[in-house]
Amino acid sequence: MAKAKETVSRTLIVALVLSIVFSVVVSGAAVMLRPAQIQNQNLDIKTNILSAAGLLEKGASADEIESQFEQFEVRLVDLDSGEFVEPTVVGVKDPMKYDMYKASSDPEMSTNILSSEDQAGIKRRPNVAKVYTMSENGEVTRVVLPIHGYGLWSTLYGFISLEGDLNTVEGLGFYAHAETPGLGGEVDNPRWKKQWVGKEVYDGELAEPKIRLVKGGVSANAADKEHKVDALSGATLTSRGVEQLVNYWMSERGYAPFLQKLREGEV
Amino acid sequence: MADASAKQVLFEPIFSNNPIALQILGICSALAVTTSMNVTIVMCLAVIAVTAFSNLAVSLVRAQIPGSIRIIVQMTIIASLVIVVDQILKAYAYEISKQLSVFVGLIITNCIVMGRAEGFAMKNGPYLSFLDGIGNGLGYSVLLLFVAFFRELLGAGSLFGVTLLPTVNEGGWYIPNGLLLLPPSAFFIIGLAIWGLRVWKPEQVEEADYKMSRHTAKEAF
Repeated sequence: MAKAKETVSRTLIVALVLSIVFSVVVSGAAVMLRPAQIQNQNLDIKTNILSAAGLLEKGASADEIESQFEQFEVRLVDLDSGEFVEPTVVGVKDPMKYDMYKASSDPEMSTNILSSEDQAGIKRRPNVAKVYTMSENGEVTRVVLPIHGYGLWSTLYGFISLEGDLNTVEGLGFYAHAETPGLGGEVDNPRWKKQWVGKEVYDGELAEPKIRLVKGGVSANAADKEHKVDALSGATLTSRGVEQLVNYWMSERGYAPFLQKLREGEV
Repeated sequence: MADASAKQVLFEPIFSNNPIALQILGICSALAVTTSMNVTIVMCLAVIAVTAFSNLAVSLVRAQIPGSIRIIVQMTIIASLVIVVDQILKAYAYEISKQLSVFVGLIITNCIVMGRAEGFAMKNGPYLSFLDGIGNGLGYSVLLLFVAFFRELLGAGSLFGVTLLPTVNEGGWYIPNGLLLLPPSAFFIIGLAIWGLRVWKPEQVEEADYKMSRHTAKEAF
């Protein structure tokens, strides 16, 4: 028996049978669980958007999140012209299916950012972004914009939500990052995020965004306090990263052309 | 080993022959996934499932495995089970699987799983092997939960996500110990746990590799 086990043909047969059996097991599990996984991912994105907009209630069920999210309209925007584009431009039917982060690694769907202009440290920017708008009687009342950029250790991915004036911040949140727990990781701290509510990105006109993260807190009579947010203590580089990525995405190279068009009511 | 009773096989790895504390295996994931109890429990369940079922599967086919490819056969079985576990977590425990990220996949490289497949399941029947897998998974879990308990309580002021010590950042009084949220702290806690375990069970203390000879040289002044 021991000898028969060691022949070349026996070895090959065992290897072959094993491979077949386990490929069936692995692909079976992957195929059967796929729908549940996709549902989870979608729900996760929706949860993050609602949470950035400050609409998420604690312990909301999946159905509640779905129905809350239905108030939003998912639109695709050409970042250069600032105009809405049809989903077919990026090769999808449902705008929800478009992945702008995947697109930013596709040379045909993204552009290189000059390193001198690359405040956010992201190297490439997708041509088309996916934005979420909420409107009432044809007037936009809320816009949620995806933002991302480099902090200290990692790229932070998040959303910023603006009120109908397209200037006042309604909320900001990051859903994926790997900053130092307890220091830069405090970007997730609800108390810190609350400070963003009511801050103003621009100074009247849609020119350069003016958000600053400052050390030592923002006192009630500080100059430009509507643009200033208290930086994270012990996390200078993460704070700088957050400041720069917010300003990058709100600038001419980010969403400013779109916000301009939206404000003029052209799109 | 062959005539070990089921009870022994199941419970011995928990304290008497703990895979982390005595064999010092599987340390890497013990550092990475022990910042909160919830995540740790899911990781432990995943490891228990993988060790138990890989032991079972290896034991079932042990008579058929040619010696020349046995390690690769074990790896294939373990890797497939890990992928299945990862898929299940993504489908039913999405939040936690996001936090565990690569560490579920890295169960493949967890020395405990491979060590039990090669060291126990290749020589014992399916039933005992299955119990041995559960036992070693439990041994791993006990230590991980011990580490996670201190890291989450003192590092974040909470247990299972429920705040017990309100931290300064949230308006409370407790200044969290940030070190405990970083991987090195797990080393300290594991070290202290091993010390405690060996005080309780002195037979686990290893013999010294060498003995220092007396200091004889005179100081030169």
